[in-house]
Amino acid sequence: MKPVTNVIICGTGGQGILLASEVLCAAARASGNDVKKSEVHGMAQRGGSVSSHVRFGEKIYSPLVEKGCADLILAMEKMEGLRWSSYLAPEGKLVACDLRINPMTVNTGLAEYPDVDGIMIEEELPVSLIPAVEIAEELGNMKVVNVVLIGAVSPHLPMEEAHWHEAISHRVPAKYLEVNLEAFRRGRELFG
Amino acid sequence: MRKKLNTVEEGTLLLSGNEAVARGAWEYGVHFAAAYPGTPSTEILETIGEEYGEIDAQWAPNEKVGLEVIAGASFAGARVLSAMKHVGLNVAADPLFTLSYIGATGGIVIISADDPGMHSSQNEQDNRLMGKAAKVVVLEPSDSQEAKDMVGEGLRISEEYDTPVMLRMTTRICHSKSLVNVGPRREVPVKGYKADIRKRVPIPAHARVMHSRVERRLAEISAWGAESPLNRIEEGDTSIGIITSGISYQYVKEVYPEASVLKIGISNPLPWDLVEKFIGMVDRVVFVEENEPHLEDSIKARFLIEARGKDIIPIEGELNPEIVRKALRPETAKKLTWNDIQLPLRPPSLCPGCPHRGAFYCLSRIKGSSTGDIGCYTLGLMPPYNALETTVCMGAAIGVLSGIENAVGREGMGKLVAAIGESTFVHSGITGLIDMVYNGNTGTVMIMDNSLTAMTGGQHNPTTGRNLRGEEAPVLDLEELVRACGVSNVRVVDPHDLREMEKALKEEIERDQLSVIITRRPCIMSYRPGKRSVASVDLEKCIGCRQCMNLGCPAISWEEDHPEISRLLCWPNCNMCVQVCPVDAISKDMGGLE
Repeated sequence: MKPVTNVIICGTGGQGILLASEVLCAAARASGNDVKKSEVHGMAQRGGSVSSHVRFGEKIYSPLVEKGCADLILAMEKMEGLRWSSYLAPEGKLVACDLRINPMTVNTGLAEYPDVDGIMIEEELPVSLIPAVEIAEELGNMKVVNVVLIGAVSPHLPMEEAHWHEAISHRVPAKYLEVNLEAFRRGRELFG
Repeated sequence: MRKKLNTVEEGTLLLSGNEAVARGAWEYGVHFAAAYPGTPSTEILETIGEEYGEIDAQWAPNEKVGLEVIAGASFAGARVLSAMKHVGLNVAADPLFTLSYIGATGGIVIISADDPGMHSSQNEQDNRLMGKAAKVVVLEPSDSQEAKDMVGEGLRISEEYDTPVMLRMTTRICHSKSLVNVGPRREVPVKGYKADIRKRVPIPAHARVMHSRVERRLAEISAWGAESPLNRIEEGDTSIGIITSGISYQYVKEVYPEASVLKIGISNPLPWDLVEKFIGMVDRVVFVEENEPHLEDSIKARFLIEARGKDIIPIEGELNPEIVRKALRPETAKKLTWNDIQLPLRPPSLCPGCPHRGAFYCLSRIKGSSTGDIGCYTLGLMPPYNALETTVCMGAAIGVLSGIENAVGREGMGKLVAAIGESTFVHSGITGLIDMVYNGNTGTVMIMDNSLTAMTGGQHNPTTGRNLRGEEAPVLDLEELVRACGVSNVRVVDPHDLREMEKALKEEIERDQLSVIITRRPCIMSYRPGKRSVASVDLEKCIGCRQCMNLGCPAISWEEDHPEISRLLCWPNCNMCVQVCPVDAISKDMGGLE
């Protein structure tokens, strides 16, 4: 196992980034790692960009991932994934929800939403776009989009499936546990 | 409020710095805590309120009152804690500087949560310098475990040396999570109140004696600090010696694990003996610290050494491992595989359904603007409103408006009003309003009452009818309060009623007397919407006039020649877009998504 694994979870306010990073930390801890995570609250909650850095391994100092060192970036919105892509390590992977959320600057006509898919191809980014919103819709609960995405990134991380299940069980209300575990499974299957 | 008492008495928890401080307060027997919310400190009192019922905890109207009430409790022998953001300490500076002379009967720990990088603040002040100026002990944790431990050690130092102790955190410590070993609560008895006039009444004759004691205290703590595990030398390669503190220590260990390090945990008073020993051990010294060169200036002045520091580490902004690596070992810089890509920014905006939107939309429509204040409504400066022009500090909207009138008269003031939230008004806007009345100003003050301290995540305040623990509390009557200040023109408006809102603004701005408009509607974070009714656009009727876009609602986007309203984002208890459409093309129906 690598001495340290670096993950960045990014997206926009209200997308469940906090829960996703909590689940990741819990799964990492369950497999016996030192863990640190860092995120910034505040103005970011009002629809702004939100990101969470998670690092785990034998001993962790900095809570922040260094540029060029992320083994994995999980983007809940695809332009946000692009924003963080320079943090990817040479062997890193970007897994992004195939979802567009316009910033206010785009809504008000001050900026244009870029051709994210085109740039990703042009830059030859190691990216997988995941139809997580469609999967959540099929499952009948829009709140599990983030868990579908956690499922989708889980095969890229060194934790066992049981650790993920345990981490999710501790963090979602009992009556939504089944749909969350199903969402995780559906995401995980995509790369299974 | 959801009660989720934390009853774990042993083991390891993954806690944020703020949660760790709350935990420390519980474990080390704090009896009483008070604070005004402020990012990044807010979760300290919230966590105490939610998880640690043994601690008596409350929101204060502002940081000064928060510090004064914990001072009183300390006088009565209770262990106490107050938390605030860095600029909150400016508000509390008056009691702090004298409390330093008075000292602590029950241990006093004051958390200053600084915000390097200004993630959600108006300046980047480094309160290690405030602590030094106030002559109190300053402790700097570098992770959550230290944050918890330093609450305990801080209380002990406070009682042993009869001094307030400042725990200086930063956003990256407050909001990062790391593993913390926890233990049970140790109950400490409240000593009880005993009058001690020489100790607590700093008339000049007493204060001179107190000041001498403060200087002796600092010298004693400096000597003791050289032996304390809070300051430590980590000996490694002695060709370089790095002096660092707080989060910077973690970045140093990350990028230069072999270097010799002096990790400072007590940044005031500095442990001179230990510093001298370290300087003698290493070939050259480098200071790595965020923002101000506090360690660098103090140590260079004392020992007259040549050293690197702010010439290679930026004074502005937050540090990170890349910056520290580039400064210390540029040869190890990571080669980037992928490029930085320039993308449109995603600035914050008022939420869908936000009551402030109606007020700023109307202010913008009448070509008015505002002197602003600290809160969500600072976003009134953003397009499409462009309706907020100044922000200084909590409560300043009112004073600034009066000052503009004093300088250039009613005519020069034009259609400027003061825009201030109800929590900010109670915090420190009231005195500005009294000043306006007293000195004959004629401006319009808009108190934006959403009955919640919202920007910090939604906390109660004296106007909401609930306390920190969510229990019922008396409601401060803003109208009565404003009238009692001497304002006779007071009107209350629902800011979602755009016609009334605009009318109120027009009439009150026109009036050649002081007036207060209270825009009243609850923050969307404070209730669950009753029905799932959302807005949609009838494309047959839409004429593409873009009126609805002037609301700046995140749920409305422009698609070629018409608006589209997101059923996911649209807030059910809001119909402002329905009101602004001149051809009734927007209506609400029950098709909202859960």
